[in-house]
Amino acid sequence: MLHIKCPHCGMRSQNEFSYGGDATVKRPELNKEVTDQEWDNFVYNRVSPRGKHLELWQHLSGCRQWIKVERDTATHEIFKTYKANEEIA
Amino acid sequence: MTQSYRIETGGLINRNKKISFKFNGTSYFGYEGDTLASALLANGVHLVGRSFKYHRPRGFFGAGVDEPYAVVQLYRNGETEPNIKATEQELFEGLEASSVNCWPSVNFDIGAINNFLKIFLPAGFYYKTFMWPKSFWYKIYEPFIRKAAGLGVASTKHDKERYEHKYEYCDLLIAGSGPSGLASAYSAAKNGAKVILAEDKPRYGGSLLTSDVNIGNQSGKDWADGIISELKEMPNVTVKNRSQVFGYYDHNMLVMSEKVSDHLPKTKKYHPNKRLWYIRAKEVLISSGSIERPIVFGNNDTPGVMLSSAAKEYLKVYGVLVGKKPLVFTNNDSGYETAIEFKKHGVEPIVLDSRSNPQSEIIDEAKNLGINIKNSYVVVAAQGYKKVKSADVATISEDKKTLGKIENINCDCICVSGFWTPTIHLVSQSGNKTKFNEEIDAFVPGVSKQNETTLGAANGVFTLEETLKTSFEKGKELSKKITEKDNEISIPNVVEKKYSKHDKFWCVPLPKGKSYKRFLDFQNDVAVSDVEIALREGYRSIEHVKRYTTLGMATDQGKTSNLNGLQLVSEIENKVVPSVGHTTFRPPYTPISIGAIVGREVGKHSKPTRKSPIHNWHEEHNAVFVDAGVWLRPRYYKRGNETLFEASKREAKNVRTNVGVCDVTTLGKIDVKGPDAAEFLNRVYTNAWLKLPVGKARYGVMLREDGIVMDDGTTTRISENHYHMTTTTAQAANVLSHLEYYLQLVWPELNVNVVSTTEQWAGAAIAGPKSRDLLQKLFPKTDVSNEGLPFMGYVEGDLFGVKARIFRISFSGELAYEVNVESDNGRFMWEKIIELGEEFQIQPYGTEALSTLRIEMGHVAGSELDGRTIPYDNALEGLLSKKKDFIGKRSLQRAAFVAEDRQRIVGVVPLDKKN
Ligand SMILES: [Zn+2]
Repeated sequence: MLHIKCPHCGMRSQNEFSYGGDATVKRPELNKEVTDQEWDNFVYNRVSPRGKHLELWQHLSGCRQWIKVERDTATHEIFKTYKANEEIA
Repeated sequence: MTQSYRIETGGLINRNKKISFKFNGTSYFGYEGDTLASALLANGVHLVGRSFKYHRPRGFFGAGVDEPYAVVQLYRNGETEPNIKATEQELFEGLEASSVNCWPSVNFDIGAINNFLKIFLPAGFYYKTFMWPKSFWYKIYEPFIRKAAGLGVASTKHDKERYEHKYEYCDLLIAGSGPSGLASAYSAAKNGAKVILAEDKPRYGGSLLTSDVNIGNQSGKDWADGIISELKEMPNVTVKNRSQVFGYYDHNMLVMSEKVSDHLPKTKKYHPNKRLWYIRAKEVLISSGSIERPIVFGNNDTPGVMLSSAAKEYLKVYGVLVGKKPLVFTNNDSGYETAIEFKKHGVEPIVLDSRSNPQSEIIDEAKNLGINIKNSYVVVAAQGYKKVKSADVATISEDKKTLGKIENINCDCICVSGFWTPTIHLVSQSGNKTKFNEEIDAFVPGVSKQNETTLGAANGVFTLEETLKTSFEKGKELSKKITEKDNEISIPNVVEKKYSKHDKFWCVPLPKGKSYKRFLDFQNDVAVSDVEIALREGYRSIEHVKRYTTLGMATDQGKTSNLNGLQLVSEIENKVVPSVGHTTFRPPYTPISIGAIVGREVGKHSKPTRKSPIHNWHEEHNAVFVDAGVWLRPRYYKRGNETLFEASKREAKNVRTNVGVCDVTTLGKIDVKGPDAAEFLNRVYTNAWLKLPVGKARYGVMLREDGIVMDDGTTTRISENHYHMTTTTAQAANVLSHLEYYLQLVWPELNVNVVSTTEQWAGAAIAGPKSRDLLQKLFPKTDVSNEGLPFMGYVEGDLFGVKARIFRISFSGELAYEVNVESDNGRFMWEKIIELGEEFQIQPYGTEALSTLRIEMGHVAGSELDGRTIPYDNALEGLLSKKKDFIGKRSLQRAAFVAEDRQRIVGVVPLDKKN
């Protein structure tokens, strides 16, 4: 079980969080024409990297904030966690 | 029955308390403090089972967790549990156990015919022999193998025992209470650190219980006892015996299984059977010790062949002789300790040492005691079928390739010592890349991966003096980092015997013309010849060899077999052991009961049960409940002998003709507040929301980004910047998370807050032609006429002093209202509705009638929104705004979603339009 540092609450066990996928995906703006390919990339297409991955987690059983977690998918090492609106270093 | 193998005095058992037990139907007795294994050995019972593949007779090989064979089926207090190691199971009054892997009995086993057919069951036999013809596998081969093999039978009954989970945080977790565990725990505890010290056995002390050493002018055991009682007094220390740390997971989380009740005839009231600890430790000290490894020789699986350390433990801890004519076969000094113990108890051992001229203090002691020692001698093969009767022995050349003339020595047990293997399972699970230590011919921990430190024998350090010194220092150093205290500890004097070098020798060659089975893995019946076949057939990676031969698999995880297997592969492949590498050690280190893993989450505890504040009323009125997510909802209210169909038909009919009331408390409710709330809803829902006036409700559908319908429900504008959203019961939590996602991550510029209010409101739907008349009675001061409260209108009302929200919304098409009050007033509201509704023939109705009513009106009833359908599929396309964008809109253009032949849910109307 991972130990994740919520930027709002501190270190908490993984079972307080839920996973939210790739944090680098950006939703196309509303009311903007997008190609099928662009839309598919947003909805479906994900790289599945071995190594560093910036991902979303929600502190579901805590402060309910969505946070960004930089994690190594192979070793589970967590390098840094960010608030939703924080600049990624 | 007399215990002919129990010595008169000595051991750590309580001889004042006799305990009777049964094994394979025969009654025996032992003493308090015995294990099932020690008690059986005291009674001269060596035959405990049959091997997995060849069904060869199996005895005891170890004295603890390292035991590969003596796995039994246990019966306790009306329950049965498979996969119990007899060497770990403590004796209790009335214990019953039986052998596994034998059919029809341990003495006559039909599967033993495999032993004579072993030419047909070589490595990979599962893959090759039984693969053709393919159709035979399920019907013929597999059932046969299943019946003839297997390590016991799981109970099919409901488990009456209770299992607990516990979450714990500590500064230092110390796995193992041998010298290194005790010393490091002591210095860390003295520095004020929060320490958990775990010992898998009932007794603390590890090797100190059996070794002949002196610490601070006390025996090793007395020193250990002193430290333990001091630690137990300290408030910052938790000391746990019968507790196995079996898994090292990510981020320094370890899991430990505490056997709370297994040593008792019956679990005490309010006690669990086992307790599973999830421990998050800042630092982990692994003091798991080492396991003696066997030397491979012919028929080395015969009952009576066992580890020399086990023979010593049976004698020193349990006062049991594993034999009266012991042969000790060793390649190092440890075997002499066992021989000396035998000699002290009046038994004459013979020592065969593979070394030509070893010299050390302990060997001198053995010589002085007059023990018969034969140098450059090896056991070629054990003789005897169900028990060792003699041993074929021979001299061996210096290069260990040539055997001398074979002689036969009479003996009743063979105690083997092939030196020591550090127990690195936990270290390896942590991710530590272990390294090979040539000095001890074994893998030791390399660079720490997580915050783990390995001490003592587990780290390949076999002298007590060094172990204690480094352990005291490590405990101090690591705790100092956490507590910033620096308590001085004086390290006690140690008196121990110096060992000479062990012989790098692990396998006795086969004599010419002989084809003895020489086993590497005793649990899985893997012999030298099997590994040879695997390599000959082209398997090179040690992981592949493991799977092809089953070496090091299953519950044993290679505790005794691992290194000898690697030695063999490296020898045949002409590689050094470190380049062969070891296979991955997987958790659990030792078998863990499924019950312990599941914990309290059984039956109704597998998920919480949520009840509406009106639940008791429903119960009092014969409601039959149905699970709706985690909620219980009345499905129907049973009258007399009514069936589900009859009751729901009656309830629905009453809604159509009079008035009915339905508990809708379980619907998800979310408060959406803020100046941008309307804009937010407009993006979340597929239809338009910007122009909804205050005091009006609207039905909406929301999609996921992939175009699939996520949920539906009505949302009401309570005031300018305040909306009350409802969701389906099942999707409430997901919808809230979904809204939070967009507000926090996608459109943080929107000034909106969302919060769940599901539990704050109790809700009742009042439906039917007489619903308005009833509503007027409930709210005499409120204008509920069609003008005062039009369709989709909302007003606040006063329900006999209780503040209420009144919505004119309909779940099933007819004139209907929903009344909400604060949850605490839920039952008051409900009873008022029933009381005042009596004159209108009101009846409560359940979810079954509700669904019937909805289907009759052509509404979606819930099950159509199953996470696979788009609005079109459910005839909801009328709700899709063409003018504005919303979540998931772009996906609706996908080719499959606009295909002509897409399946669609349609209403069905009877031809006569009546029935
Ligand atoms: Zn938080």
